[in-house]
Amino acid sequence: MIEFPLIVKVLNGEMSAPELTLKQWELLIRQAQASMLAGVLCYRFDPDSIPIRALRHLQSARVHSDKQVNDLLWEIHHLKKVAAELGLPLILLKGAAYAASACPAARGRFFSDIDLLVPRPVIADAEKKLMAHGWVSSLHNTYDQYYYRKWMHEIPPLRHVFRGSVIDLHHNILPLTSKACPNASLLIEAAVNVGDNPQIRVLQMPDMVVHSAVHLFYDGELDHGLRDLVDLDSLLRNSSEDIAMLVVERAFELGLQRSIFYAFRYLNIILQTPISAEVQQRSQQAAPGRFGLQMMDFLFLRALMPAHPSCGDQWTGLARWLLYVRSHWLKMPWYLLFPHLSRKAWFRLMGKEKH
Amino acid sequence: MILQIGCFVFSIKSRIKCLAEAISSLYGDYELADDSFIDFHVDLNVVNDVSRLFFRKKAVFLSDGFAPFDPLPYQHAPALIEWGMNWCVSSQINTFLIIHAAVVEKHGYAVVMPAPPGSGKSTLTASLVQEGWRLLSDELTLVDLQTGSATPFPRPISLKNESIDLIRCRYPKAVFGPLSSDTVKGSVCHVQPPTASVEMQHQSSPIGWVVFPKYQQGVEAELLNIGKAETVMELADNSFNYSILATTGFNVLTDIVDQADCYRFRYSRLDDAIAAFENLAHSKK
Repeated sequence: MIEFPLIVKVLNGEMSAPELTLKQWELLIRQAQASMLAGVLCYRFDPDSIPIRALRHLQSARVHSDKQVNDLLWEIHHLKKVAAELGLPLILLKGAAYAASACPAARGRFFSDIDLLVPRPVIADAEKKLMAHGWVSSLHNTYDQYYYRKWMHEIPPLRHVFRGSVIDLHHNILPLTSKACPNASLLIEAAVNVGDNPQIRVLQMPDMVVHSAVHLFYDGELDHGLRDLVDLDSLLRNSSEDIAMLVVERAFELGLQRSIFYAFRYLNIILQTPISAEVQQRSQQAAPGRFGLQMMDFLFLRALMPAHPSCGDQWTGLARWLLYVRSHWLKMPWYLLFPHLSRKAWFRLMGKEKH
Repeated sequence: MILQIGCFVFSIKSRIKCLAEAISSLYGDYELADDSFIDFHVDLNVVNDVSRLFFRKKAVFLSDGFAPFDPLPYQHAPALIEWGMNWCVSSQINTFLIIHAAVVEKHGYAVVMPAPPGSGKSTLTASLVQEGWRLLSDELTLVDLQTGSATPFPRPISLKNESIDLIRCRYPKAVFGPLSSDTVKGSVCHVQPPTASVEMQHQSSPIGWVVFPKYQQGVEAELLNIGKAETVMELADNSFNYSILATTGFNVLTDIVDQADCYRFRYSRLDDAIAAFENLAHSKK
């Protein structure tokens, strides 16, 4: 077992603020910045227990996060008009959902895109309405447009022409080409209202946890994996006790139980999130074989750490790369993946696409 | 090397030799800090650029391992580290209102000079500090959110193109770092801040004036009063984190503008500019 970095020990309660030396505060801030958790840490501590020189960095992150939450709520305010014109509710996913429902998970968090979920048949209409309100497609490459629309669970990102906010419009939570691609209508039907507007919804709590876990354990780029794990930890700890069992049962229903098995396993090992024996037993029915699990422990216990030089060993780079390959493997069958990657590689080599 | 620069501690690392020379000449007056708490870990590293079928050495700026900018030609390293260090503060610190402006002080009051590139702000600043004004900063005005005063972050002043020779001739004793030619901003050369400014880097100063300087060939020097509202709007435009600070940012900005005299300043000759600023300083003495 590898030794966990300082930030993990602080997040899981093994170490507390008053026992940290000034030098440890410095390291904590560096690890927090690398994993986008500085704002979250600021909310977790009593400001009086933070040395003034460290406080400056944590408060800077907190102020920035507060501003992002505000901006996000403003964007959601605009989305209400889109939903009204569409005559259908818009379902907010992930960060936007945490902010809209004022979850503790939103406090101190950094946000990037706004993820929306609508039924697949209304994608075209939703895109038109969003465009009328200033969100336009930001990918201009024909192949990318084709690839997204044919195989993915979302259309290419839409960027607002004035405000720059980016919307990812989804019709599912996993690509259509993925074996585990669930029946999205189950999620959409169970979505719940948030605030006073019936047109803006979020996934019901168990689905929110399932989606967050699926997103994390199917994602190829785990640079902010610890942040996503902290989201899950916060969702579970701030819900009623029986939520974990509801999550597991729902995951089985949706066919996404493997992700929940991983989520609960690593939440428990890394963040010491309390998971009852009963729930663990049920989720273990979705466990991979013994060898597979050893392999996954080897990979995830490294890749879920902050992308900071102080948090890795000689295997971290390999672990990240293998999980990147794995995520593509899970999302697409080889006969689609191979031509896609070759095409991308060729275009990159010819300098037609810059990343 | 660990340096105390204003209220921040920077750890600066590099394997680039010309950079070591630049740092030792420009930062000779700064205190060495201990490593008990380092605010920013900056590193200038060498990378091999393989594009266009040639191997070319480039310099990349890293802030604790993260590269915010594309690598630049090796010989631009001295300019790159200065830009990078500004980036560290302007992108990560929100416990000050940070305005893209030079700030100098005389007789206890500071003049804040926001101005877009090319308006002669740095040339004017370099001259004023040679004429006895104290440099608080040439690029980043850090406004304390509680007191509204300017907190020093004195750094080498970045001169561009013709200004380099102009200042070199006017003030032969000024110490210059190495020249980085053909950067995106043209030729860039940094000039060492006065020792006294570095020694007083922990002493903040209330803001007495906001002056928008503009160098214009052939005009007579002219100091024009401008409205407070206009000043607030223009300062907000020149600020890095005004919108992030939200209400706090607005309150601080309006407070400092309430207390300050606000001007637009046109000039073509440095001597006139120095005289005009001397008059300003006397007005509050």
